Amino acid sequence: MTKEDIIKPENLVYQKPRLLNDNPMHYCPGCSHGVVHKLIAEVIDEMGMAEKTIGISPVGCAVFMYNYLDIDCQEAAHGRAPALASAIKRLWPDRLVFTYQGDGDLACIGTAETIHALNRGENITIIFINNAIYGMTGGQMAPTTLLGMKTATCPYGRVPEIHGYPLKMTEIAATLEGTCYVTRQAVHTVAAIRRAKKAIRKAFENSMQGKGSNLVEIVSTCNSGWKMTPEAANKWMEEHMFPFYPLGDLKDTSETK
Amino acid sequence: MAKMKGAVVVNTERCKGCNLCVAACPLHVLSLTSKVNQKGYNYVQQVVENTCNGCSSCAIVCPDGCLTVYRTKSEE
Repeated sequence: MTKEDIIKPENLVYQKPRLLNDNPMHYCPGCSHGVVHKLIAEVIDEMGMAEKTIGISPVGCAVFMYNYLDIDCQEAAHGRAPALASAIKRLWPDRLVFTYQGDGDLACIGTAETIHALNRGENITIIFINNAIYGMTGGQMAPTTLLGMKTATCPYGRVPEIHGYPLKMTEIAATLEGTCYVTRQAVHTVAAIRRAKKAIRKAFENSMQGKGSNLVEIVSTCNSGWKMTPEAANKWMEEHMFPFYPLGDLKDTSETK
Repeated sequence: MAKMKGAVVVNTERCKGCNLCVAACPLHVLSLTSKVNQKGYNYVQQVVENTCNGCSSCAIVCPDGCLTVYRTKSEE
């Protein structure tokens, strides 16, 4: 059987999601953003919500999310995506509203908006990309940077006496009454990507059913910022990020609400 | 015995040569070429024709959605 015999429309098992358009992504080779974009595109398409979704893109590498996803998108001021999402969801309750934020956006400048939107129980989903570094601005220390991790602004490693401790936003979110589903996932292997997709789907469904706010943290790599190859970055993430940011559901009240 | 046969089609202009699919492939059918696309990246190619079983691992981990996977049953 030759390759030409196999390549037929009826044998198709995987292709780029319909909602991910043909614009070449500006992300660095091997960046986790692309995988998460794909998952969001797949989930929205599977839910049949392509015409009824509004995504809020952050300030950060994912600022051009609207160039790649064929859904309605709105750009927010730095860190204010959850506030904007709250407003959009209140005005349009039948829309699927999600924000897509990095750690500099969500855990630093937007901490107040994030915590209060989650605490109010707004029916939105926050996708939180945590790569422990400021990727777009050139690899500076982020609130989520691990202790001892070297970045452009802490070249000798993060020291708690000077820089404080890494912030676990997802753990904070899990303690809030307004949140329905709080989970931490990763996209470094096929199994992890499948779990992350299920988590995004569950979060989106919860927000459409009015069960409260949802936070899906994706522990990601920034191979350019970390100065590694994409494969080495995945390995480094497994060895160093997962012990501090363990994967799994932190809170799930979607069955009881 | 029926065996699954797969084939991977690469959008070579979209590929950035990150090598994640090569690492994810359990049957080692992919490899980066020495040729470059218009952006100057060494793109990925299916180098082994008959081994692929169409598991789609490569396409799932691809951050840029460059890979399309086909799969069929073969009675050989």
